[in-house]
Amino acid sequence: MRVVLAEDHFLLRDGVTRLLQAFGHEVVAAVDNGPELRRALIDLKPDVAVVDVRLPPDFTDEGLRAAVSARTEVPGLPILLLSQYVEPLYAHELLATGSEGVGYVLKERVSNGAEFIATIARVAGGGTAMDPEVVSKLVTGKSRDEPLNSLTPREREVLECLAQGMSNAGIAEALFVTEKAVAKHVSNIFMKLALPPSESANRRVLAVLAYLDR
Amino acid sequence: MKSKRTRQAKACKAFRRTLTLWVLSHRAFWLSMWLLTVSSMLRGPLGLKLLPGTVRQVRALADRQRAYAAQWTGVDIPAVYAELPPTGAGQAKALRAQLLDKGNQVHRDWRWAHIDAYAGGTIAAGPLVLLLTGVWGLWTAAVGTELSTEWDSMWFLFIPVGDPATATLAGVLGAACLPLSVFWAAPRALKVHARYLRTLLAPSETELLAARVEHLKSTRTDAVDTQMSEIRRIERDLHDGAQARLVAMGMTLNAAEHLLETEPEAVRDLLIEARESSTAALKELRDLVKGIHPPILADRGLADAVRSLAMISPLRTEVVIDLPARPEPPVESAMYFAVSELLTNAAKHSEAERCWIDLRYEAGALRVSVADDGQGGADVSAGTGLLGVERRLAHFDGVLAVSSPPGGPTLLTMELPCELSSPKTTSS
Repeated sequence: MRVVLAEDHFLLRDGVTRLLQAFGHEVVAAVDNGPELRRALIDLKPDVAVVDVRLPPDFTDEGLRAAVSARTEVPGLPILLLSQYVEPLYAHELLATGSEGVGYVLKERVSNGAEFIATIARVAGGGTAMDPEVVSKLVTGKSRDEPLNSLTPREREVLECLAQGMSNAGIAEALFVTEKAVAKHVSNIFMKLALPPSESANRRVLAVLAYLDR
Repeated sequence: MKSKRTRQAKACKAFRRTLTLWVLSHRAFWLSMWLLTVSSMLRGPLGLKLLPGTVRQVRALADRQRAYAAQWTGVDIPAVYAELPPTGAGQAKALRAQLLDKGNQVHRDWRWAHIDAYAGGTIAAGPLVLLLTGVWGLWTAAVGTELSTEWDSMWFLFIPVGDPATATLAGVLGAACLPLSVFWAAPRALKVHARYLRTLLAPSETELLAARVEHLKSTRTDAVDTQMSEIRRIERDLHDGAQARLVAMGMTLNAAEHLLETEPEAVRDLLIEARESSTAALKELRDLVKGIHPPILADRGLADAVRSLAMISPLRTEVVIDLPARPEPPVESAMYFAVSELLTNAAKHSEAERCWIDLRYEAGALRVSVADDGQGGADVSAGTGLLGVERRLAHFDGVLAVSSPPGGPTLLTMELPCELSSPKTTSS
């Protein structure tokens, strides 16, 4: 993969670059501020961009704004946002530019190298990766909704995993149940939330995210 | 046509109000008699015992008149009552001292109560007297010619009524008095009455300033205390949380270093443990920072931060925001935490399903209302939550108004005077 990396902390930028290279990916640009990031995204059109939300010059949400504006110019440009904090409003704004090929995870997920690379790869492939914290906040924010209330606790756990972009196999492993049980939970969830049934892993994530973000 | 009718209605209302004030002046008369009795006994224990109740009565009457003045004529009459010891002999003695102090509200109230029966009563009775004069004029016009011979003489104002000509004149003048009393005299009497009230009851500039200084002193002390306890909480959180985890992590890593040669298998578990510790420490730091100054508030300002609060609230929350620019950061922060507290309260205690937030900037103040359809019964004095909000707003001269009858709905309104400065940076 050709990756653009935007991160203002030198150590982290260096670390992620080395991590990506170790897994055989190419970092085509490593920038440390908002305006440069936007230029790099539009000029280089990388396979995926890994972007810190808070960047110079203002140290507010430059990364997010650059990502959103680049995605309006280059639709579907895969972007994985990293941040010290997850903010549901930012997830909402990112998803508003299209829910394919976007991710928003906590910066500390970098520490688990292999999983982090897998997350990047999922986003690059047009998938979605939402941090469990974002998902759980969106679920709490929606918990008064009638259909969500009708979910059993187990189904709710499965829903949170789904929204993070996990496959049935992944969910089965995380919750220590069989894949068959997961498939049953998933179809129950889709029925209760009145979502269109879909086999493709990615489309189910999108359906769930669209529901949570509504 | 309609405007004429509303003018009539307004004039009639003004007339009725002068009657109310007139009736109140009678109450002031009886009260002043009682005041004389109580003041004559002030040196003895009985007078002291009666004093607090009497002061309350005078204040209630004065408060009512002040409220009428503000409501009916827009004349704002400030009142500055000094703090009192809560109960007992100390309170009575303090009241006595206040009563004898010429620059005190209690003293002014008593002086006013003595005068109001005459001055206030006279002003308020003006329109009524004019109306009765008009009635008298009409009556003399009707029966004056015959009655004047029977009664020797009969007067309407300055006119000796005796023949048809003077009777007609009395009738015309009397008829003119009727509309005059309602349309002309009543509104003026109200205004004059309000001005007279202000002259007698309003504190001097110096007193107002002294009260202001007192208020600033207490809110400043409060602000410093709050800040200190916040700092202590942060210190404690860091000490028990992230710091402890880092220490544990150091120990785990140290153990791993020692076991590296002998038990490489165990090292693996220790390293995993260390990584989990670091994740936990990061989470704690994140929560801590969120409690100090939420990143979204720093990034986007109050409007988006409140939207974000609504998004993660378990209640179905609707947000309406009309904020042309950003307030100063301290104001934003105070308002953010206030809204956050109110939303948490609503979710925890109100049993509500829906919640509405309205945030706007109006007439030099930031005004936020948080409403819910829950069971009501929110009370500032009941829990520490609302009290904390009220005190935190007070640091900025802000206020919290609570309307929460049992059975709901609850409407909490906060108002905080401030300037908007930084240009709008939200992207909504």
